Order: sequence, then structure tokens, then C-alpha cells
Amino acid sequence: MATAPSSTYSAITLNINGEKYPLSVDHRTTLLDALRERLDLTGTKKGCDQGQCGACTVLLDGRRAVACLQLAVAAEGREITTIEGMAEGEQLHPVQQAFLDLDGYQCGYCTPGQICSAVAVIEEHAAGWPSAVTDDVRPEAGPPPLTADEIRERMSGNLCRCGAYVSIVQAVARAAATRTESAQDTESTETTETTETAA
Amino acid sequence: MREFGYQRAHDVSGAVALLGADPDARFLGGGTNLVDLMKTGVERPARLVDVRELPLGRIESTDDGGLRIGATVTNSDLAAHPEVRRRYPALTQAVLAGASGQLRNMATVGGNLLQRTRCGYFADVTKPCNKRVPGSGCPAIEGEHHNHAILGASGHCVATHPSDMGVALAAFDAVVSYETADGSGELPFAEFYLPVGDTPHLETALPPGALITGVTLPPAPVAARSRYRKVRERASYAFAIGSIAAALDVRDGVVREVRLAFGAVASRPWRARTAELALTGAPADAETFAAAADAELAAAEPLPHNGYKVTLMRNLVVAELTRLAEEAAR
Amino acid sequence: MTTATTGTKAVKGAVGTAHTRLEGRDKVTGAARYAAEIPFAELAHGWLVLSTVARGRVRSLDTAPVLGMPGVLSVLHHENAPRLDTDYVGMLGAPDPTAAVFQHDRVPHLGWPVALVVAETSEQAREAAEALLVHYEEEPHDVAFSAGRPDAYEAAGFGPAVTEKGDLEAELAASAVVVDEEYTTPEEHHNSMEPHAATALWDGGRLEVVDSNQGTTWVASELANMFSLDPGSVRVRSEHVGGGFGSKGLRAHQVAAVMAATVLQRPVRVVMTRRQTFSLAGYRSPTAQRIRLGADAGGRLRALDHDSLNLTSTVHEFVEGSAGVARTMYDADAHRTATRLVRLDVPTPTFMRAPGEAPGSFALESALDELAEKCGIDPIELRARNKPERGPVSGLPFSSHHLLDCFREGARRFGWADRDPRPGLRRDGRWLLGTGTAAAHFGAGAAPSTAAVTAEADGTFTVRISAADIGTGARTALTLVAADALEVTPDRVRVRIGDSDFGPAFIAGGSMGTRSWAWAVTAAATELRERLALNTGIPPEGITIRSDTTAAIGALAQKERHSFGAQFAEVAVDPTTGEVRVRRMLGIFAAGRIVNPLTARSQFLGGMIWGISMALHEEAVRDRASGGLYGADLAGYHVAAHADIPAIEADWVGEPDPDDPVGIKGIGEIGIVGAAAAIANAVWHATGVRHRNLPIRPDRVLLGGTAEAGTGAPRA
Repeated sequence: MATAPSSTYSAITLNINGEKYPLSVDHRTTLLDALRERLDLTGTKKGCDQGQCGACTVLLDGRRAVACLQLAVAAEGREITTIEGMAEGEQLHPVQQAFLDLDGYQCGYCTPGQICSAVAVIEEHAAGWPSAVTDDVRPEAGPPPLTADEIRERMSGNLCRCGAYVSIVQAVARAAATRTESAQDTESTETTETTETAA
Repeated sequence: MREFGYQRAHDVSGAVALLGADPDARFLGGGTNLVDLMKTGVERPARLVDVRELPLGRIESTDDGGLRIGATVTNSDLAAHPEVRRRYPALTQAVLAGASGQLRNMATVGGNLLQRTRCGYFADVTKPCNKRVPGSGCPAIEGEHHNHAILGASGHCVATHPSDMGVALAAFDAVVSYETADGSGELPFAEFYLPVGDTPHLETALPPGALITGVTLPPAPVAARSRYRKVRERASYAFAIGSIAAALDVRDGVVREVRLAFGAVASRPWRARTAELALTGAPADAETFAAAADAELAAAEPLPHNGYKVTLMRNLVVAELTRLAEEAAR
Repeated sequence: MTTATTGTKAVKGAVGTAHTRLEGRDKVTGAARYAAEIPFAELAHGWLVLSTVARGRVRSLDTAPVLGMPGVLSVLHHENAPRLDTDYVGMLGAPDPTAAVFQHDRVPHLGWPVALVVAETSEQAREAAEALLVHYEEEPHDVAFSAGRPDAYEAAGFGPAVTEKGDLEAELAASAVVVDEEYTTPEEHHNSMEPHAATALWDGGRLEVVDSNQGTTWVASELANMFSLDPGSVRVRSEHVGGGFGSKGLRAHQVAAVMAATVLQRPVRVVMTRRQTFSLAGYRSPTAQRIRLGADAGGRLRALDHDSLNLTSTVHEFVEGSAGVARTMYDADAHRTATRLVRLDVPTPTFMRAPGEAPGSFALESALDELAEKCGIDPIELRARNKPERGPVSGLPFSSHHLLDCFREGARRFGWADRDPRPGLRRDGRWLLGTGTAAAHFGAGAAPSTAAVTAEADGTFTVRISAADIGTGARTALTLVAADALEVTPDRVRVRIGDSDFGPAFIAGGSMGTRSWAWAVTAAATELRERLALNTGIPPEGITIRSDTTAAIGALAQKERHSFGAQFAEVAVDPTTGEVRVRRMLGIFAAGRIVNPLTARSQFLGGMIWGISMALHEEAVRDRASGGLYGADLAGYHVAAHADIPAIEADWVGEPDPDDPVGIKGIGEIGIVGAAAAIANAVWHATGVRHRNLPIRPDRVLLGGTAEAGTGAPRA
């Protein structure tokens, strides 16, 4: 079946960090390449282009996703948040600030993905989602405390070849504690613990 | 990656009609496997029909106490759902053991069932592979196969199915629903994946052009006491080298009901019915568990470098059933 | 004209005080731009086409259909590419011909670059590259690396091929205790998170390359040599680098980009895919090492033989100097080290974090643990009894040797004194627990560099040096070093790096970058401070002082100069599944003066995490039938993920190097050295089984440490 060339492109509008970006995309263009090569939003990194490293993590409708396996054309209509949309003006997101203060990076290339992922991890945990290291996943068991092991498991989709994992886990714990404290201003929330547990 | 057309479907019949009988068209769900395979050149579709927005994103209780899971439910939503966690905890554990948080947010239940093997020869278009190019050969048999199949494979293909979710679905007798232009149909999980034989490229019993619309879990009280355990070569974000979904009902020290399924040992999630048969009605002790595992694994045909999987699976059966029996005794 | 000095009162103390990274805000907001992220008008995209056969010739390429594809601008290959000069000796020797792309029709390994397709968009370039039909004349290949290859030959790398003293066989025969074992490490790949990327363009008669590399002047001079250009007409910039670990020198992507930019006269970007990096970016050779130790009953070494077989390609010789470890660490009455090579139809290996020391220390430090076990001596005590007084091979004195200080401090903090040395005794549920230790060392060197420091009219200072910050924190460290030399606060100092126009400087490599650059910066800054003290005023263009450390470094006395360290690990092993988890790890290092404790800790920990990854995960599997890798991606090649890494700790004992102006020794690589051995030794302590073949995979644990995993028969 012959395919007319025009049917391999689409005019779309991407909603990124609250702004609308109209563009014409080759259907082959991933969201990652659209961000980096078309929209000059290069904060989202390409580490493997195969969903195997997490460097391209962004938020789609508030949930973390890898932009390398997301076709741009299929992202139309979704709310996309990238690392460029994390800070409030000059005010860094608590996760960004914790990475900066605790040296949660070295070369910095996996960092935007780690940060986007961490922002989502804190929300997923707050929503009560269990993880693969949660001992009892039944709802009756209640939400698991955000231990270091819970953070490690939940962040495992973000590889860091420099080996900044120790500081990243500390940064995520600190940012999660900040969130819990601010939540406690208005409502009573369980204290987030960052205790060590054995393997 | 060649140029392709893209259409977004909004209802099931529309999606099926858009795909039509075009062998070069594919349904696009989360894209976590398909888009990757398009990048490596394993898949070269001319058209994609995006089904992510179909109204198949719900998880509902069935009248008989089971669950119906829509095909576009994401892995994350499936794992987090309270009724899944309550009634089929091994399913939640299996889903959470797979991939990463990012990929689980994207991946869908329908796509998970149809994901392709992670055999390195299949994924590399410069190498032969009977599953990718029928008749080209299987280099894994003489080559790298330490993580290949020990059960149900053939001289044509020794690849394993990569799904964790599917292992739990196999244990719980899931039924797959689909839609074609000719109407809807159902396939029990045991019949969903085809035997390897000499046609490893034919993977499922779905009719051509069929769209998976959902998975139904029949009621299974035994599943409330179930576990999924996965062994892999790093602690997270890796495919299994062996995994097990197990559910156990013990009364007075005797196995009343048991479900067992294995992952990463066969071309499909492997329901261990021989072991189940040996266990049912037998004393719930380590000796029985080991004997049942041996009975199941008697059919194993390991290759020179994956014989360890027989030991691994036997140990997993004993460990997980022992743990479930201990929990039941509490 | 303003008058300014560096300050009314001397400000010191920046060095040694924790400082967050100066580019940190840019890194956490996504503002830091890496090589493929600088926009250029009229940019074209190049996609490399790699060979699908492991040995042979390119008979022909069907370029016509590809040139007709949408957006395709050019296909470069051996018949039409610009000619290169490879007959030169660069900073690290003769160039690896792998980077000199498209010069002939020979294919020496699978994944050899045979063409570059250039198109308007990356999607078009990729599809055209995949569609390009290349016809080969295939020849039989040999990629089988194993001990006992008859075609192995002795090869000198950066050290001699063989060193020998004493009568090895006689001492072994006379020894009360003998260890004679073979250890293997697999092919390992750097996998920096940022794949190699370069954009090349001609601008006003100059070649500009925006690249990701470990040394801009190094890459610029290699490009100038290859393209026969005046060195001054090549500018390479590399401001932010997403990791290097030894792989980011001159590679096929820069050369191909320069060729295409030259042919098309527009900017061309070439980015390696992750899969391509597995054949184009270098890797660590697998090793097969035989260690023979003979000792008296008290553990004193009478005989030491460290023999390492490695591989290289058929086009270039690179030696993984694994046997070099014994040349520093332990002496014996009879002492022999040998490095042998076998040439195979594989890509050329290269420097990878602690080249030689990482695999070499796994073998030697494992063997020491075996000797300690056989002698019934504590592993730390065994090392204390065998601390050499002088370089075992060189006979030179050590500039400093604080290995035992590291062991003492580490043992105290790790709780080593309470350890029961017997294996297989400790259990926590399904886990067997064990602890292990190993020694670490890495050479402490410096190489000539130049720097320029400018006193600006506004009272600030600008440092220019073609250093590279590949994640080491060099930009921040050099700022602290300059501030102390200028006796000002760091906020008045701006350090600019990653630009070959700043003049020659050493690379980020060999754990020598920060030390070499800091020396040059200190020299220029000190002279500038002295000049400013004369209060002659600062003109609007500022006052710039340049330094060159060639003479100073050349005048250093010959000594054995090393950093040392002690690694401690606790592991848990599930004997029913073969899973191994590291529960605790501690590294104590004596590595000169620590410039920035915050980033230094990160770097040590990063090295130790490489050690965990090496011990338990990393392994590239070469498929003998095709000659290529099996599973060449980050799902097939496992590096440690978050869940693999516990709360490990790194610390140091202070020992400034008296022969360095700042006291620095270098810390980039020592963190990985000995780490895998400490883990393997802990696995033995947990299970009673020695693992001499890395990585310690679950299947190998289940099979009790034998190299081959499996017992089945081949399928009919």
C-alpha cells in the first residue's frame, strides 16, 4: 500500500511546562528528539534512546515517563513537564536544591532525569503506591515508609554511571521530608522515615 | 526507522477498522516495546494506530468476584489498584518487579501480553533469528544462552518470554478478551501463547488484526495469599533469570489449593500444572514442595549454560511455598 | 585605571573546604549544555554505518538509492572520503586507526565504521543509514579470548612487558604456603551516560568542533594532525562532559563530523547511539591472570608471579597493564610480572577507569586473601608484613606510603577486629553474610600544562585553562585552588575551561587532571598575586599571567609516587538463588590533599560503586559466531542501579604530597581499585566459595564459583 508522504508528518501542538508549542513533526520523531532538536529544550538528556537508562525522564500528565519511547505525535494533548519546568522562577524545586546541596550528581548528564523521577517518586509514595521492596502490598498494610531501600528501588530506573547514588538517595529523602513537613502544616501526615534496612 | 502513518483511535471498533487487514500496521499502546523495536529495526510498521486513549482504562469487579482489567490500564495503575493488591497481591508484586517506574507508567496491560522476547539475537537485526526471520537459524543454541529457556523450547528457538505480569496472570487463570472486525472473542491464558515448535515467529493465538480489549481474572480466594519472587542479575531494573508466582491454601498441614507459575524459563509464562497436581492434597512441607518442583522440572531440557535454572527454580518453589505455608500457619 | 590588589588581608582556606559545584545550578535546572545541545543554523545530522561482519573487505556500497531518500545530503565512505594522515605520534602515542574512518576497504572487526550518512534531520539520517546496503567480502574471524592462546605475545604498554628478579620456581618450591590460581575479568565498557557527540563546522577559515571529550587541546591536536591542518586553525570546545572514564578521546564521530562539514561546508553533528558506543568508544580488555604466590609460614612473600593475558585489535596495540599492580604493591625474593597480548578481530580496547589496576587488583588482592586464609593470618596483617620498603621493581623510594594508616582507620570504623575469619558461619534469614578487605593504590602523577590567570579591572579574576570537567568537579576545585593562590575568596574567581584556545593542558585522565591543572593555575596565580602586590594598578584589559609547568614537573625527583587505600565490604549471599548484595562498604584513602571534600567524597564513592558494578554486574559477552557483542545495550550490559548500592562510605587520611604545590595526588581512579576484590573476598567469607571469575553472577554462585554456568547437554 503506497503511503502519501504527507501522511507521515503531522501538525501538532505540544503542551510543555504550561506553554503551547505548535510544530510539524515527522511521526518518527520521539518526544525526546522533539524537545532536544526542535524546541531547544535540551535539559532532557539522551542516554540510551531505548528506555534503558532513564536520562530522558519527563512527566506526562504528572507521571514520570521516558521521552525516548514516547512518540511526539502521540504526546499531543498531554501535559508535559521537563526539567526546565521544575523551578518556580529563581526558586529551585526542593529536589533540585537537595541535589545541589548534597552533591547528588557528578557529570550531571543523568541529573535532569533523576530529578524528574525523584519528583514523581515522592508523589507516587504520597499516593500510597507500593514498590517491589514493599513487604506487604495489601492495602490493609498501609503505605510503606519511604525508607532508603524504598527510594533506591523506586529510583532504579535512573542509571548514574558516575555512581552518585549515595548522595542522590540522601537528596530524595531530604526533599521528601520537606514535602511531608509542608504537608503537615495543613494536614496530619505520617512522618517520612529514611532509616536503613538490611538487604 | 522508516516513515509511517499515525492515527489515533477513540473507540474499539474504530481502532479495529483503522488497522484493518494491513499486515504492516500495528497498534500502539504505551510504546515501551514497540517503539524500541522500531528503533532497532526489528519492527518496521508502515502505520500505527494509537489505542492508548481507548475507553479501556478501567479495573472493575465482575459479578462473580473476579476482576476485569481494561487493556489500556497502565502497569502502574494495575499494581496500585486496591482490589488487585487485596485479591491478587502476587499480580501487584509481579508488575512492580518489572521494568522501572517510568516504563510502568507508560506500559499497558494489552501491550505487556504482546511484548517480544529480550533475546539479544532477536533484538539485533544483523544476526540470524528464527523468531524474527523464519528459517534463518537460532544462534543462541550454540552461542550465548545463559538466560534462555529450559522448558517448552525447541531446536528452532530457545527464547524466553520477558513478562513478569504474565507469570501472575498465568497462575490466576486469566482470560484475554479481544475484538476483531468480525466481533469479540476470548482466549484462556493457557491457550493464548502458542507452542514454539518450528514456528517461533507465531507467538499468540490472537486472530489477525485482533485488538486486546482486556484481561479477566476469575475469582480465586487462594490468590489472596500469593507472592511473586523474581531473581535477576542486578537488584532492580533487569529482566528475570527466574521468577515464580505462587499461591497457597493450607488447611491442617495439607495443601488444599495451590497455584504455581514460572517466569524466564520458557517462551511463555509457564504454568506449573504438574507441580500443582503433585502438591494438591499432599502435606505442606519442604519435602513435598521439592518433590513437586522436581516433577515439574523433569521436563526441563537445559542447554550447556543454563542448567542452573533448574536448581534456581527448584529452590524458588521450595522457598516461596515454605514462606506461604508459614504465613498461613500464623 | 583601577588599583587593586588581591586583598588587604590574605584570604586562604578555600582548598579543603566543602563547596557545591559552581555549575551545579545549571546541571539541576537543565541549563548546562552538553556537546549535542548547542544549536547551529543549517545543522545537518550524520549517522554512522557500522560493519555487520567481523573481518573482510567492503566490496561495494549501494549509495545511489540512499542518496535519493528524503533529506539525504551525502554518503561518505572509503571511496570518497577525504584522506587522512595517521603517520604521527600524538600525546598518547600513534593514533588508533579506528578513529581514522573511511581510509580503506578493510574491515577489522564487527562494528567498524564503513560509512556516514548525512541528512537534514536525524530521523532521515537514521533511516538512510539503516537502508544503506553494504556488500562485504567476508573472511573467517577469530574473537575467542581465553587463557593458553598459543599466539599470545609479551607486550609493553605504559610499563615494561616483563619484569623479573630471583629464581621464581626455586622460591615457590621452597615456600611453606603456595597459592596458584587463575582469575578472569570480562570485557567491560565505559558507558558514560552521555554518548559521544560532536558538531563540526568551518567558521572564518577555522575548524570548530563542539565535542564531548576529556581534553580539548588533545583532541584538537589529533584532528590537526589527521587533517593536516595548522594547529592554530582548529578549535575544540567541550564545556560540559557527561562522563568519560577514559573513552572520550579522538573517536570516529569527531573525524566523521569534520569530514562531512568539510565536504558539505555546513555544520554537521554526529552522535553515537548507545549501541554504537559498544564498538566505537573503546572498552576494557578481558583479562586472564595467573597469580602464583609463595610464602613462608608467617606469610612473608618469597615468590610472586603475576601474569596477565589481555587482548587487542588487529589494527592497534593497547595493553591493559594488569600485571603492573604487583610492581608497586608487594615485593618478594623472586618477583615476576608479565603482560601478554593476543590480537583478535575485535575493536581496540582503551583506557578505562584505573586501566590495569582495576582488573589487576582484583586478581592480586584476591590471591592475597587466599594466602591469608592458607597461612591463618588476618588479611590486613598479611599486607602489613609484606609492605615494601622500596619499589619492588624500580628500587626507588616511595614519596609516601600510608597504606597501613588506611587499613588501621578502616578496620576501626568497619569493626574489623571482631571478625571471625572462618567462612560460611553468619546467617541473616536466607542470607549468608561475610566481610572482606583489599588494598588499593594508584599512581600519583602530574603532566605539563599551561594556564592563564587575569586580574580584571573590576577586582575579579579569570582563569583560563583547557581543563575538562567530566564530572570530577575540576571547575570548582580549580576555583578553590586559584582563590587560595590569589589569596582571595572563591566568589571573585571565574574559571573557564573546555576550550583548546586556552592553550595546552593535560587531559582529564590518569587521575592527573586536577593535579596537573592546579599546578599550572597555582603558578600563574601566585605570580599574578606577587605582581599585584606591587600596586601598579590594573589596566582596563586586565593583567594576565601565563604559566607553563613543563620545567617544574620535569625537575621532580624520581620516586615511587602513589595514592593508597583500604577497601572494606560486607556482602549478603542467598545460596538458594545466587543473589549477592553489598550491604556495607567503606573505603579509606591516602590520596594527597583533598581540594573539595564534598566532590572528592562523591568521586571516591563513584569509584567504589564502579567496583561493586565490576564485581557483580558488568560483562560484555562476545558472540563467537558473529564476532559481535550479544546484547550491546544498557539492558544487556548491566551497570549497578540504585538498588544495588547501599549507604557506602568513603573517607581519607590527610597526607598532602610534599612535592606538589597544592599537595594534591589525584583521586579519580583509586576508588575502584581493590573494590571488586574486597567484595569477592567477602563472598568467600560468606559462603566459603572463592569466585575467581567476574562478575559474580547468580548462576556462578549457584554453581559454586566454577567458570562455566550450566550442566546440560547441547540441544539436538
